Amino acid sequence: MQRSTMDLWVGVFVAAGLAAMLFLALKVGNLASANLSESYLVKARFDNIGGLKVRAPVKSAGVVVGRVQNIDFDAERYQAVVALEVDKRYQFPRDTFATILTSGLLGEQYVGLEAGGDTEVLKAGEDIKKTQSAVVLEKLISQFMFNQAASGEKKEK
Amino acid sequence: MLDSVTGMLRDLGRHVIGRIARLGFAARFFLGVLWGSGTAWRRFQLTIREVFFSGIHSLIIILVSGLFVGMVLGLQGYDTLQRYGSSEALGVLVALSLVRELGPVVAGLLFASRAGSAITAEIGLMKATEQLTAMEMMAVDPVARVVAPRFWGGVISMPLLAAMFSAIGVFGGYLVGVVLIGVDEGAFWSQMQAAVDFRLDIVNGIIKSVIFGVAVSLIAVFEGYDAPPTAEGVSGATTRTVVTSSLAILALDFVLTAFMFRGL
Repeated sequence: MQRSTMDLWVGVFVAAGLAAMLFLALKVGNLASANLSESYLVKARFDNIGGLKVRAPVKSAGVVVGRVQNIDFDAERYQAVVALEVDKRYQFPRDTFATILTSGLLGEQYVGLEAGGDTEVLKAGEDIKKTQSAVVLEKLISQFMFNQAASGEKKEK
Repeated sequence: MLDSVTGMLRDLGRHVIGRIARLGFAARFFLGVLWGSGTAWRRFQLTIREVFFSGIHSLIIILVSGLFVGMVLGLQGYDTLQRYGSSEALGVLVALSLVRELGPVVAGLLFASRAGSAITAEIGLMKATEQLTAMEMMAVDPVARVVAPRFWGGVISMPLLAAMFSAIGVFGGYLVGVVLIGVDEGAFWSQMQAAVDFRLDIVNGIIKSVIFGVAVSLIAVFEGYDAPPTAEGVSGATTRTVVTSSLAILALDFVLTAFMFRGL
C-alpha cells in the first residue's frame, strides 16, 4: 500500500480513537459539569452521616452546588465532620441548614443545603451550625413500632 | 526408584530455572526495546505502518464486538434492573461496566488474538528465514528496525481501540435500552453522566488500556523474537502469545482494579 494512503488511514484511526475518548469524557462522563471552577470549604458536624460518601453531591434546591470533599471523625465530640466543597459562585447565609438526604428510596445520599435568613454569608473554613443527621431506617422503624405499642396501650384503657 | 525420584526433581529444577532465565531474558529484552526505540520515533513512518497493521486491521472485530457486548449488557441489565423498578439506571450499568472493565479487558483480549499473534508470527518467520540475521550482517539493529516499531504501534493502538470499544458499547446499550425497549432517553444519559466520574472511571480505564497495550505488545514481540526458528517453533510461539497475554491481561486487571477502586 502506498505511503500516503496508509498515513491517511492511520490519521483517521487516531482521530476516531480520540473522538471516542472525547465522547466518553463529555457524553458518558461528567467532565463538563464535574469541574467546580473555584470553590470554598465549609465544615458541618453531624451526629450520624448514614451512608454518605466522599464526592457525594451537595445540593441546594435540587441543584448541585458542590461536593463532599472529606469525611472525618471527631473523637472528642463523637461526631462526623464533613468538609463540603462549595462552588464560589454560590454564597450561603451563615444560618444555612445542612441535612443528609437520600435521592429516591434506595438512591445515593447527598447533603442538602437550605438557606436561612442571615445577612452575613458563610466564609471559607467556617462551620455550618445547624445540621440534621441522616435518617436511619432501623431507628425510624423502631420509633414507629414504639409509637404503635404506646397508642395500643392507650386504647386498652 | 531413587533414580526416578531424583530425575523428577532434576527435571522440575531445570524447568523452574529455565522459566526464570526466560523471564530475565524478557526483562532484558524489554529494556533493549526501550533503548532501541529511538529509531521508531525518529523514523515515525515505521511506527505508523505498524499502527496501520495492528490497529486498523483490528478495528472491525473491536467495533463489532463492542456493539454486541453493549447490546447484551443492555438486555441483561434491563432484565435485572426492571425487577427493582430502576430501569433508568441502565445507562449507569452499561457505561460503568464498559468504561471500567469490559472496554480495556475485552479489547485487550481481542487485540492480543488479532494483532499480537500476527506480530509474533511475523517476527518469528523473519527469524526463521534468517532475515533478522541478514539485517545484523548489514549492521542494522533488528530490535530497533523491526521490534521497536511493532511494540510502539501496539502501545499506540491499544488505548484508542479500547476507547472505541467502550464508546460503541455505550451506543449499543443505548440502541437496545432506549430505542428497542423504551427506557427514557433523558434519564438514561443524565443518570449515566451523574454516575460516571471523569478522573475515577474514564481516566482509570484509559490507564488500564495503556498498560494492557504495553503488556500485549511486549509479549508478542518477545515471543516472536525468542521463537525457535522452525515452523513448529513459530506456531508454538503464536499460541503462547495469545495464552500468555490473555492471562497477563486478566491478572494485571485484577491488580489494577484493586489499586484503583478500593471501595471509594
